Amino acid sequence: MNAIFSRGPLLGLRLLLAVLCSVGLMVVDRYTERSTQLRSFLTSAVSPLFYIASLPETLLSGATEQFMSHQRLLDENARLKETLLRQNGQLQLLGYLQQENSKLRALLGSAPLADGQRLVAEILAVYSHPFSHQVVLNKGKNDGVTEHQPLIDERGVVGQIVSVGPTSSRALLISDNTHAISVRAERTGIRTVAEGLGQWDLLRVIHLPQSADIRVGDRLLTSGLDGLFPEGYPVAEVSRVQQDESQPFMTVYAKPYAQLDRIRHVLLLWPGARLEDVLDAEEPN
Amino acid sequence: MRRNGGLGFIYLSLLVALLLTVMPMPQQVKLFRPDWALLVVLYWTMALPGRVNILTAFVLGFLTDVLVGTVLGVNALAFSVVTFIVAVNYLKIRNFSVIQQALLIGLFLALYHLLLFWLSHFLTGVYFLPAYLWPVLTGMLVWPWLFWLLRRYRRQFKIQ
Repeated sequence: MNAIFSRGPLLGLRLLLAVLCSVGLMVVDRYTERSTQLRSFLTSAVSPLFYIASLPETLLSGATEQFMSHQRLLDENARLKETLLRQNGQLQLLGYLQQENSKLRALLGSAPLADGQRLVAEILAVYSHPFSHQVVLNKGKNDGVTEHQPLIDERGVVGQIVSVGPTSSRALLISDNTHAISVRAERTGIRTVAEGLGQWDLLRVIHLPQSADIRVGDRLLTSGLDGLFPEGYPVAEVSRVQQDESQPFMTVYAKPYAQLDRIRHVLLLWPGARLEDVLDAEEPN
Repeated sequence: MRRNGGLGFIYLSLLVALLLTVMPMPQQVKLFRPDWALLVVLYWTMALPGRVNILTAFVLGFLTDVLVGTVLGVNALAFSVVTFIVAVNYLKIRNFSVIQQALLIGLFLALYHLLLFWLSHFLTGVYFLPAYLWPVLTGMLVWPWLFWLLRRYRRQFKIQ
């Protein structure tokens, strides 16, 4: 019985301690520089949990592939071969254009666009808390992944790496509330910033004056000005433009090209300029 | 009676709850995912307030923060506050019928989501969408089954 009478104040004290610790954590995580390291450490500590949690899904999709009929596999194979052929054809042209482009750039005396290295990573978990759009990838420090590395899929920009563990890493998606990316409208060349809203299919394009020339359907590409994302990758398509003369800026929304809610595989990019740095940093080890 | 009886089983159920929290699922289903970790902590607080209370809730909330990627400490704080309320009133809550308990749990979950949104709003400026409240409803609907399951689990392994 004694235990019951001593509960009241004891619980209150515990709550106070818990609240103080939480507030301390929040401040450290949000307002100090150490948080990236802390996060990386914690990511590596809990990565086994992600592997276990995604086990049922992996087994399930493995089983589906196992029981897929011969005919369907043949069909799929034929389709993939056709796609490969078509894309190889386009690549030949691309190689030629790239060469021409670098010659022209050399003539103009501007720096050539460096071609970077890339790596395919699989998504272990899409964490879908509305307040944080993040994914966990199955590649980490051992594969040369670094913080702030850009991430794309076959349609467009996906996000960037925020913390790295030895065998897994965590990426922030462009739709996250705390993410913003520097973009350029393809048609007019206007530079602006697209920020996430915490919704999968919506970005907000900010700081566009009322006189800016932007229309629904404009393609937004990375501008390369943020120093993180290489130039020219598609980010989003303008989906809604609202003009209200009483406001200083236009309200513009855009839909990301990447299907952020159902990505399975992503490409990690090492933008060319940084490739040497990455290799240099790795060699001493 | 062993003082340490079945503590491992409690931690096992909490681990499973954490796994359910991060299990990959289609996007449409995810929106309705109940807050498993919080529900399981609340059950244990209600059943064995001497073994599981604010410290466990804080640790589990912190782990949820790490797994989910919210600002560290946000879930830890919300878990602790809700568990505190349950730990203070566990004798009253135990006497309610399961349906009444479910309604009460709905209230606690609503408080949890309010705290979570509020803190995240101050820290990262998130916007509120009514869809964020679906887990309150699904948590309420899941409670009677979870309660029954965990009680059987507790009696089976004689956790006390």
